[in-house]
Amino acid sequence: MNTSQHVMPSSFERWSWFKNLNLWDGLWAALVLASGFYVFARYGSEMDTFELGILSGATMGLTGLGLLWKSFRGLVIAVAVISLWSISIYGTDLSLAEHNFFLKFLISSQSAIMWMSALFVMATVTYFYATFRDNEFVGKVASSMTWTATAMGLIGLMVRWRESYLLGPDIGHIPVSNLYEVFILFSVITAALYLFYEQKYETRKMGGFVLLVISAAVAFLLWYNFARDASEIKPLVPALQSYWMKIHVPANFVGYGSFAIAAMLGVAYLIKQKAVQVNPDGYMARHLPDLDMLDDIMHKSIALGFAFFTMATILGAMWAAEAWGGYWSWDPKETWALIVWLNYAAWLHMRLTKGWRGAPLAWWAAIGLLVTTFAFLGVNMFLSGLHSYGEL
Amino acid sequence: MNLAITILVVVAIASVIGTVLKQNQPYTDYIIKFGTFWHQVFLKLGLYDVYGAIWFLLLLAFLLLSTTVCVYRNIPIILRDVLHFRLNAQEKSLRTMANQQEWQVAQETQQVADKAQQFFKGAGYRLRIKKRGDEQVFAMIKGGLSRFGYIFTHVGIVVICIGGLIDGNLPLKIKEWRGAISLETRNISASEVPAKSRLKPQDNFSFRGNITLPEGSTTNLVFLNIRDGYLIQELPFSVELKDFRIEHYPSGQPKSFESDLIIHDDQLSKPLKTTIRVNHPLLYRGYSIYQASFGDGGSKLHLKLWPFFDPQLHTTKVDTAVFDHRDLKVKGQKLTLEIDKFQPFNVFPAEKGSGRSFVNYGPSIVFKLRDATGVATEYLNFMGPVEQDGRLFYISGMRKSVDEPYRYLHIPMDPQGKVDRFMEFHALLNNTKRVAEIARQNATKALKNAKLNSPQVRDRIVDSMRQLVKLYVDGGFAAIDNEIRQRVPKDKQASVADAYIKILRNVMQSAYLDLLKQEGVDISKPLSPANQAFFEDAVTNLAAISKYGSPFYVQLASYDERQASGLEITRSPGKDIVYLGSGMLVLGIFMMFYIMPQRLWLLLKPVDGKLQILLAGSGLRNKEDFSKHFVELTKAFELKALGIAERR
Ligand code: HEM
Repeated sequence: MNTSQHVMPSSFERWSWFKNLNLWDGLWAALVLASGFYVFARYGSEMDTFELGILSGATMGLTGLGLLWKSFRGLVIAVAVISLWSISIYGTDLSLAEHNFFLKFLISSQSAIMWMSALFVMATVTYFYATFRDNEFVGKVASSMTWTATAMGLIGLMVRWRESYLLGPDIGHIPVSNLYEVFILFSVITAALYLFYEQKYETRKMGGFVLLVISAAVAFLLWYNFARDASEIKPLVPALQSYWMKIHVPANFVGYGSFAIAAMLGVAYLIKQKAVQVNPDGYMARHLPDLDMLDDIMHKSIALGFAFFTMATILGAMWAAEAWGGYWSWDPKETWALIVWLNYAAWLHMRLTKGWRGAPLAWWAAIGLLVTTFAFLGVNMFLSGLHSYGEL
Repeated sequence: MNLAITILVVVAIASVIGTVLKQNQPYTDYIIKFGTFWHQVFLKLGLYDVYGAIWFLLLLAFLLLSTTVCVYRNIPIILRDVLHFRLNAQEKSLRTMANQQEWQVAQETQQVADKAQQFFKGAGYRLRIKKRGDEQVFAMIKGGLSRFGYIFTHVGIVVICIGGLIDGNLPLKIKEWRGAISLETRNISASEVPAKSRLKPQDNFSFRGNITLPEGSTTNLVFLNIRDGYLIQELPFSVELKDFRIEHYPSGQPKSFESDLIIHDDQLSKPLKTTIRVNHPLLYRGYSIYQASFGDGGSKLHLKLWPFFDPQLHTTKVDTAVFDHRDLKVKGQKLTLEIDKFQPFNVFPAEKGSGRSFVNYGPSIVFKLRDATGVATEYLNFMGPVEQDGRLFYISGMRKSVDEPYRYLHIPMDPQGKVDRFMEFHALLNNTKRVAEIARQNATKALKNAKLNSPQVRDRIVDSMRQLVKLYVDGGFAAIDNEIRQRVPKDKQASVADAYIKILRNVMQSAYLDLLKQEGVDISKPLSPANQAFFEDAVTNLAAISKYGSPFYVQLASYDERQASGLEITRSPGKDIVYLGSGMLVLGIFMMFYIMPQRLWLLLKPVDGKLQILLAGSGLRNKEDFSKHFVELTKAFELKALGIAERR
């Protein structure tokens, strides 16, 4: 009984959280705050109130996330360093993407995104192999691949952001403005959320299932890129030129990513349950993740997703109030956001008030993803409305 | 509780209908789509305006009511839960709890009690202590805020619904049911709309409407589009559009629209000047004015009509404006010219390898020509020449209905950069007398070369030449082909066609040379490549005129653009209430999910000279998390309060 001796002693005192921080935590906070101040000192005079708000929010958010989740720091630093490196190679010449070796094969946004895609797909297979062969080393490889893919995706987005400004100062914008860009965002956010649970619950058995949905997103991304030339950076229509977009879209994708994870865990739950019914000591029953854990993470994931989705929808309403003159217009996209929201609200009621657990909720979470996917993609494809920015 | 879930699901399903069925379209569209029977059914069910339908509002009202009742019933329970410490818990009941831990120590009761109090207070628990003889009971609570999260969440929803109802059109609907107002469905000017369809500023505290304001004009009337009609809402001030600007990216996509507005209001000492653009509205006296769209405010157009039927080529000048309808008399027939659209430029992606990414085709107009029977053909004409295959053309597209793609007439540009030469060429070929003359010259020359001198033969040749030209100008190759099929035996058709085409080209070439001579071109030298290419293009496109459908080519000679700004004007006093509710909702959700409500009891009881310590607890919501938490808590308690470093 000495396993958690080092975390336990003082963690129940008030303010213990702060007392518990060590030198690395301090360094992290100092680094992020210093970067924030540097950006402020250098560019602050060109920023408006909202941009300053977003800057300070991002600084505090990154600091906090890094303190809560230590591994996140490595990701942030790697992404920052490599993105800055890529940007410095570019200078002001966008055509270097074709000539410079590093840009062409590694860290232009397009290459980074291709690396991300390849790594996510490979990681999916690797996770499954590790799960069914009980191979811890292979599992670690899968985790590393997922971390690297996430970093590459983020680098891709960061560099793309810069590339858009190199195309023209008035064309530049944050890369969350069309379907191609948000699919990258979706993959990255889902992977990061998954990695958090992977560490917290100390198991890699869920990896294959979650990465399956990311691989599906990657497949769409590649098809969209090659069949529709979607990777081209396009200028923003006036309605999208708003600081609301910068927070509305990412908040939405924390929601979508969480719901996707919950759905895949639901699928894993149902398979495992079936396997246990067939043979409690069978190969499948032994290798698939634990039922109680799946149930628990599914719930946590939906709760997190629900909280962010609620915020995203409200932010969307505030944006709509500013861009279209009404916070709610029953536009198809808005209405489907409401439908998704009501769906998960009902899910949560079932769990919290009726005490539902297990299979019915797993089914519901899995089917919920279809509803969510329709809200995310189907509306753009089949229904027309004010939100017709990301048309296929 | 089942009720809550049922309502959530029913509202979700009802909401789907409104997204699948396009809302608030003209009724004629629905009739075409569903037929009259289903149209009536859908109309009665309110499916064309689901979110304004009475059953949907009732559903929302029910949601509001049940949530209110739920909150009302739960508040006392929650307060009791959070405030009540349950100091009367007995050992027996503590021992039935899922989470418990027991110690026996050789310490004084009071000493342990003091340390325990310090420990649990430090860990953030609120506690009450009760002494029962030599026993002591601690009852502790933490995370009560989580329970308030429930209240915030649900009250937030109620508040949002109230705000939404204030901004909904319920008061307007009630007025409509009472017959106090009625929708206007006719397309008439604002001043003609009767009082029953007009709303004074004080009649309506919440609305959302549109105005289209041409540059230089002023209005205080807003159109509220409702179902298949509209109402006119008066504003307590008026809005003038001074100037509208639109900026574009190189790709032709709009980059920004902005309107310079002047607000005239008796309450203002001087008019308020301001500029609005997308995402940057004006807030004034509780009204919000948004840049919503843009359009044409009736740009003035100066047109030149080139007839295709008149060998004398008398052109007509027409001064008109966008949205104007103009009756014309053409060959005794009435024809209405309806201008639909003017666009100052048209940017398209350039062909690959042209070295440019975009090309601008310049200004264009879209208009309809409607004949006396009401049948219309739509045309799209570009003002300037457009490059195709390295040569320049004046392009005009035509189509019989909006679902079809345009089919284009290409008028080759002449060396002066105009359409004149093509038009004159066409007129010349239409001029039977001139064609006969040219044919005669040609025939005479041909006969002379063949050393033949027979006037009958010559006249026959001239006659067939004339007919060929007429056939071609009136119906293109198809007409000639048709003629051959009817007149010539099958086995000779191919050779006759060859001969005809040669003859036809000959005559047209002579006519063309004639035209060039008139222009002053020296035709004794071989033609320049440009003039040669012009001939080929002209001949090809002449044949298309027969199918063009318009008796003239409409040239846009010059224009005077006048833009209009599409403004949306709203008044939504419920907005801040909705935002307040939203804030409560978000806060509540985070409190509910991320604060763990928990209760602990500590029982200190001397037994056989030792002190028996029982710690028991329950997590209200997430039992798994609480169990983990409880294990860590007991370890910390052991170490800190009891001084036991490691468990046995
Ligand atoms: C449109 C939205 C909602 C409606 C109409 C609604 C309605 C209700 C109703 C009628 C109850 C039953 C109260 C009773 O029987 O006493 C309830 C309970 C509850 N609701 Fe909601 N609710 C909504 C949204 C939410 C949301 C967003 C959450 C949070 C995720 C939530 C969490 C809960 C919880 C935890 C309870 C149980 C409270 C308890 O038993 O102490 N509700 N809700």
